[in-house]
Amino acid sequence: MNLAAAATNESLAHTSNVLIYSSMAVYMLAFFAHTAEWLFGSRSKVARTAAALTGDAKGVSTANPVKVRVAKGGSTAVLDRPQIITRSASGSRDLPDGPGAHGGDEQGDLYGRVAVSLTVLAFAIEASGVLARALSVKRAPWANMYEFSITFSAVAVAVYLVMLVLKKNIRWIGLPLVATVLLALGLAVTVLYTASDQLVPALHSYWLWIHVSTAILCGAVFYVGAVATLLYLFRDRYESKLAAGLKPGAFATSVMERLPASATLDKFAYRINAAVFPLWTFTIIAGAIWAGDAWGKYWEWDPKETWSFITWVAYACYLHARATAGWKGRKAAYLALIAFGCWLFNYYGVNIFVTGKHSYAGV
Amino acid sequence: MSKTETNSTAGADGTTGADSTTGADGTSPLGADEAATGEATGAEAAAAEARAETAEAQAEARDTRELGDATSQLSTAPREESVIGGPTLSVVGWARWFWRQLTSMRIALILLFLLSLAAIPGSLIPQTSSDELKVQTFRDKHTVVSPFYDKLQLFHVYSSVWFSAIYILLFISLIGCIIPRTWQFVGQLRGRPPVAPKRLTRLPAYTTWRTNTEPEAAREAAVAMLRKRRFRVQATGDAVAAEKGYLRETGNLVFHIALIVMLVSFAWGQLFNSNGGKLVVEGDGFANTLTQYDDFKSGSLFDVNNLAPFSFHLDSFSASYETSGPEVGSARAFTAHVTYTAKPGDKPRRTVIELNKPLVVDGSKVYLISHGYAPSVTIKDGRGKTVFHGATPLLPIDSNLSSTGAIKVMDGYRDKNGKKEQLGIAAFFVPTYGQKTGQMFSQFPGLGFPVLNVGPFHGSLGVDSGLPQNVYQLDTSKMTQFKDSKGKQLKKTLLPGETLKLPGGAGSITMDKDIKQWASFQISHQPGSLSALFGACAAIIGLAGSLFIQRRRIWVRATRGTDGITVIEMAGLGRSESAKLPEELGDLAVTLNSEAPTAPEPDPHPAETVEGAEK
Ligand code: HEM
Repeated sequence: MNLAAAATNESLAHTSNVLIYSSMAVYMLAFFAHTAEWLFGSRSKVARTAAALTGDAKGVSTANPVKVRVAKGGSTAVLDRPQIITRSASGSRDLPDGPGAHGGDEQGDLYGRVAVSLTVLAFAIEASGVLARALSVKRAPWANMYEFSITFSAVAVAVYLVMLVLKKNIRWIGLPLVATVLLALGLAVTVLYTASDQLVPALHSYWLWIHVSTAILCGAVFYVGAVATLLYLFRDRYESKLAAGLKPGAFATSVMERLPASATLDKFAYRINAAVFPLWTFTIIAGAIWAGDAWGKYWEWDPKETWSFITWVAYACYLHARATAGWKGRKAAYLALIAFGCWLFNYYGVNIFVTGKHSYAGV
Repeated sequence: MSKTETNSTAGADGTTGADSTTGADGTSPLGADEAATGEATGAEAAAAEARAETAEAQAEARDTRELGDATSQLSTAPREESVIGGPTLSVVGWARWFWRQLTSMRIALILLFLLSLAAIPGSLIPQTSSDELKVQTFRDKHTVVSPFYDKLQLFHVYSSVWFSAIYILLFISLIGCIIPRTWQFVGQLRGRPPVAPKRLTRLPAYTTWRTNTEPEAAREAAVAMLRKRRFRVQATGDAVAAEKGYLRETGNLVFHIALIVMLVSFAWGQLFNSNGGKLVVEGDGFANTLTQYDDFKSGSLFDVNNLAPFSFHLDSFSASYETSGPEVGSARAFTAHVTYTAKPGDKPRRTVIELNKPLVVDGSKVYLISHGYAPSVTIKDGRGKTVFHGATPLLPIDSNLSSTGAIKVMDGYRDKNGKKEQLGIAAFFVPTYGQKTGQMFSQFPGLGFPVLNVGPFHGSLGVDSGLPQNVYQLDTSKMTQFKDSKGKQLKKTLLPGETLKLPGGAGSITMDKDIKQWASFQISHQPGSLSALFGACAAIIGLAGSLFIQRRRIWVRATRGTDGITVIEMAGLGRSESAKLPEELGDLAVTLNSEAPTAPEPDPHPAETVEGAEK
């Protein structure tokens, strides 16, 4: 064995650990900055939701038209541009989105921007940590739960940052996201840590690359969807309270006013879950193909397979519920959360509590 | 904003203006409010405010009515019916009711949910299908619940009656759902987009402007534009109707049909599959006939004569292990070098079988499952005649391949008096003996310091009794130990080349220098996997179509207003609410607007064009 090479690998693995710890420190700073954003944001007293609800937002003829300005090369004459009036389906509340965590407060907004910048930095550090880990073992960094956790959280942040770059209204998810990424990394470096090493032969397959990388991506996106769903439930409750003429608490008002409207959150969560469902389907099929090559059977109802299947069916339930009138809104949202719960259990629960063929190196 | 405000273009009365009183006139039947052309007075407005509640309640119902045609057949999803309130009729009525329930979306949802719930216990309770030993351990440990579990078939959930019932019902529901939907969809494909609803302002996305272009010319421009964008277009009367996104429905149907294809393939595979294991020592071979298998399972419709007539020979087996680091001893690669013949008479071919890389031959797959050592020994009897010479596979008991097993000499052995006997030797093999620890457990899975511990017996192996015997275990009930000088069971740890002399001139046991390895293979024939794969691919593609394509309709109406200027109205309707629809309508409007430019506003209130749009 080449000792020099081995030493490089050891030091790379060490570098990786240092990078992961550093990224946690920066995520922590981002967490504080987001907290500051929310705190400063609470100074502004926005109560648009209540105004919109108690004003004339009821009924059909006032369906709160939103102008969509269609850009037209050069010409600026207002009359030249057709204005698109949108109108929600009857029965749904038509409320404006909240302004975001900073609540329109300038200082809050500044902290929010700082938080996003810090998140970008932390992501860069974490991603290089993952990369160093991959280089140190000369394979994809997801053979054990430690590696899976660091890769998964990095991808979740990447999904978030990509959406920010695409100018999606998603900064409101920053605080819960950064908080859970910290939690996942904390778990990873303490409970789940496994020294870097090679794969057992059963994991040598390009289907592993395909299957696990899509699984990680799906998990990250499902996760973002679940956070949005959760916030939707809170916000929806808040809106129903207002609509019923009740007055929610000051804290709830302060937080909820700054979130997007429940309809927006709901749509966002649906779109995100629907978008990855085909990929999740593919992930399971890729896994089955790999299992077929490795174990001689495509499907054996191994606990991991079973829970992937359960997760899949749960998300199919959710999509069905959405496609069926009468199951929109809260009920469907609960289904989405159950489905994500299945995914989480598949990832943590099955690896820790249940033994099956998927338990390989380390935990 | 007040109730009486309107989305319509001020000044352009006519048809669009009709909308202006909907708030106040919520109760008026469809079409009857054309008379009230936007002259909502202050008094009426106040009255409207007072009646707001009623109006709101009725608005929804009216919405459905007014859009009824426009939304018709935008999807093939069945209408939801209430589950309560069954029929009061005959058997046929009941049957129809039952069928309708079974194929309703609600029941599909419930069945899906049940399916996921039902799959859970199988992941938490050991299953006979994957690990009988674990089930046995569980039974021994939990004597109280096990009988209940047995009754509930919880040790084989995925073949249990209740699990099967759920997925069979789902399967029926699926078929019952797909057939009418496909039928309906074919009808929709042949049909035309429905004519424009009376009031386009009711639709989720709407825009309007006035132009000096003639209505006919504007409509023609709209038709051309929509055709170019691959809409299906139909011009009727003063409006153009267009529809796009049929692929969504196609995708959805393909997905559900693909699910059926997959299910059928799985079922087919279950009925016709075969699966068997075979342990082969280096230098030995295997021919694919029933008698050669160590164990064999097959689907209920599998015909043993259909076993593909291939054979293979294990030339050598190699394994490599991590030699340093925290996971020292972890396996890194396993390779079985084989020579196989696809059919008797074919040219033999050489290949390798690895984990993840089965040998595919004549519709069957040969997987490498596990490996171990088969130390070779030479046994001589009391007369000095070699009665046994060969490798005996031993089973690994730990990750460093400490292995145990039994070496059996069935016949040929005679003791020094010439009496016929059988020999049985309890064998324990360690590939890397720990000299420092002195323990009889392997320190490393590779052949570092191989030793073989033997404990010989003589007598009857009991193989003639007809009872099936585990080849790796010694039944010593009819055997006698060979004793050492102290009268204890004779046991000796041999190095390669070393010999143990049996006491009383009963012969000798020599550990040969040649230590072989064995590999065990699983030979499976799994029909239907290709169609299952095909179904899976179709399912993903269909799903993507179903979820990413929006089915939507666009209407363009061009009419001459009372002042002689053309009013163009455009509206869009999607199957579900989507932000893309207004965007697309905007694009279309801009395109059409360049053909039919906005006319200068004669009215002194240009800002009122869209009154409700100040948000
Ligand atoms: C085997 C289980 C099933 C799975 C995994 C499944 C999955 C799905 C998925 C993922 C969608 C897409 C949802 C969307 O367009 O947003 C869908 C749509 C749909 N499914 Fe299923 N489905 C199953 C069984 C059934 C059954 C039994 C029925 C009939 C009773 C059914 C009827 C429908 C209909 C009508 C739609 C489309 C609704 C629409 O047009 O949006 N499905 N299904």
